[in-house]
Amino acid sequence: MELIETLLAGKEQGCTDYAAVIEQIPYAKLLGVEMREDNGELLFVLPFKDANVGNTQLPALHGGVIGGFLENSALLHLMWARESLEVPKTVDFSLDYLRSGRAQTLYAQCEITKQGKRVANVVMTAWQDDKAKPIAVARAHFLLTQDNA
Amino acid sequence: MSNLPLPVVNQELFDSVAKWFCEIPHSATLGFKFVSGERGLATMMLDYKPELIGNPKTGVVHGGVITSLIDTTSGLSVFSRLESPEAIATLDLRIDYLRSATPGLPIYCRAECYRFSRQIAFTRATAYQDDGKDPIAYSVGTFMRDSSKATIK
Repeated sequence: MELIETLLAGKEQGCTDYAAVIEQIPYAKLLGVEMREDNGELLFVLPFKDANVGNTQLPALHGGVIGGFLENSALLHLMWARESLEVPKTVDFSLDYLRSGRAQTLYAQCEITKQGKRVANVVMTAWQDDKAKPIAVARAHFLLTQDNA
Repeated sequence: MSNLPLPVVNQELFDSVAKWFCEIPHSATLGFKFVSGERGLATMMLDYKPELIGNPKTGVVHGGVITSLIDTTSGLSVFSRLESPEAIATLDLRIDYLRSATPGLPIYCRAECYRFSRQIAFTRATAYQDDGKDPIAYSVGTFMRDSSKATIK
């Protein structure tokens, strides 16, 4: 089954764990991303692992891991919300690092701010202990059609 | 005449950071390699690997991989202007994805620290494959200088 089919089949069946979806995205598997549904909301979870460290002295998560985890979350969120039947294309991605990512689990949630016919604007938030204290926020535009940008 | 190259400010510091930036667990996982450095400039690259794919249908590398490469190379460009060791932290990174990366080809990133002030360093970076005139991504970033007491060796 293709990625989108696996995702939508899971959603139909009321599945709360989307491991079969992550299994199909090599980069998400490499990071160790988990995707869950909780009370009708999507939650992305990134359990800590050494391969995601960017600063061994602090230690802290690599900034690129935080960015990649958020971008991946937004892509899957858009497909889950049926806003795109293909993997959307990222047009631009703007990331603010607010706190360093410590050696513990990272969480993310996304919100579709604006949904157009061809382009969606998504805001992403990443946190560790406390959702009210995000470690990074990002916003991005995604192209929903298959046309080349 | 402003583009004439100069060596990095502190060669020993820059070389050790460049090496360290490739050995960082996540950089090593993705396979970053150092290419070159001069004052205000740094270039790094990575080879295509199936584990880095973001779209299983097309085999295109995930944007997160490019984010990591741009973040790391931009940080290294800041180190090319540092006289002595200090920690830096990314404040903001903005990336425009100009076109999809071609599967199978290596990805290069050249970053420039174009403004270096007492507290903040400003960077811009371009990610490209076999044609520097047809980049896959363009980025601007800001870095906080002296961000932590844990200085970088």
